[in-house]
Amino acid sequence: MTDDLVVLALLMGAVTYPWRAVPLLAPGFDRLPPLALEYLRLVGPAVLAALAAVAILVVTETSGAHRLQVGIELVAIVVAVAVVRWRRNVFLGILTAVLIVAIVRLATGG
Amino acid sequence: MPSSPSATPAADPSSADGETPSLRSARRRLILDGAGLSVSAIAFGLVYGLAARTGGLSLVEMLAMSVFVLAGAAQFAAIGLVAGGVPWLAILLLTTLLNARHVLYSAALAPWLASRRRLERAAIAYVLTDETFGLTLPHFRRLGRADLPGYWIATAFIVPTWFAANVIGYLGGQGIPDPTRFGIDVVFPAAMAGIAAALVSGRRELVAAVTGAAIAVGVSLALGPSAGIVAGGLLAPLLALLISHSPPPSDVELAGEYAVGPLPQHEDENETSGGSPTDHLMVAR
Repeated sequence: MTDDLVVLALLMGAVTYPWRAVPLLAPGFDRLPPLALEYLRLVGPAVLAALAAVAILVVTETSGAHRLQVGIELVAIVVAVAVVRWRRNVFLGILTAVLIVAIVRLATGG
Repeated sequence: MPSSPSATPAADPSSADGETPSLRSARRRLILDGAGLSVSAIAFGLVYGLAARTGGLSLVEMLAMSVFVLAGAAQFAAIGLVAGGVPWLAILLLTTLLNARHVLYSAALAPWLASRRRLERAAIAYVLTDETFGLTLPHFRRLGRADLPGYWIATAFIVPTWFAANVIGYLGGQGIPDPTRFGIDVVFPAAMAGIAAALVSGRRELVAAVTGAAIAVGVSLALGPSAGIVAGGLLAPLLALLISHSPPPSDVELAGEYAVGPLPQHEDENETSGGSPTDHLMVAR
């Protein structure tokens, strides 16, 4: 077993870091106009909702094709969001979602 | 109240006269949310370690991926691509696309952290992941200002946990049961959806979240998940600005959003009043 892939890992890091760093390090982000700041404020809910939706609704087949999947996970996330809005508690929302999915999978053998 | 996020340097809360009750309260919430998300990091860190071993990576190579890339989806993809004999150039291209979403996190946090030293911002960028962003943005918004120790607390729940789980998964992963059996696979989407819901305070945020999810799913089905997430994160805020007819934010409003000082109302007062304009900033326990 060799360590050749360390170089690949370094290169992968080199193409990843700029995405993370450029806006934080670029000069001028502290002098953006109000509308641009409002846009950036909205990126948070938009991208987090996008991550959640893709994680539970989009399945990538071994062939590389992508398909829509609607299952108990969607129900669990909807309930979790309701719990977060009701109790204003993210941890409780996560716990609820996990319990729903675990119980249903246990019951159905899924 | 400053007229822009950078009008006054962000004060380090721990360097003043000790931690305020609101800071302690916000950090308690951060820790609880971090603990929840660390479960997901542990579960998938273990699976990644095991996958790397079965994919033929040495322990050093597996850890190098985690240390240098620090992005689970790209790491999992790389294992499969390496095992499939895909050229490195293609793997690097895919990694670039998979990790493009991080530019949105960085851009969203930049106004909060503009006054920090360049070296600090460079270090912050290195550990900026889905999870640290998801934990930190609501934390900053709860406080109404940046909290660098809070950022590192969030990081501590995710990054060392991920590394440790990788090693354990690599060395002894054969005995680990499938995390999906216990519903652990929904921890990450539940946390992201829950945090997004907690950030929704009005029509614009709601439109951004709902259209972000819809665009992401639609584009993902056509072009793949990475393109979908980036498209949702980029386009939904634009749509939210166009669709919702509220007037453009004034400097004062934005100063409240990115303020360096405390919010006008104490957050504990909001928790008991039920329905204040800053309710969205709280994710109460």
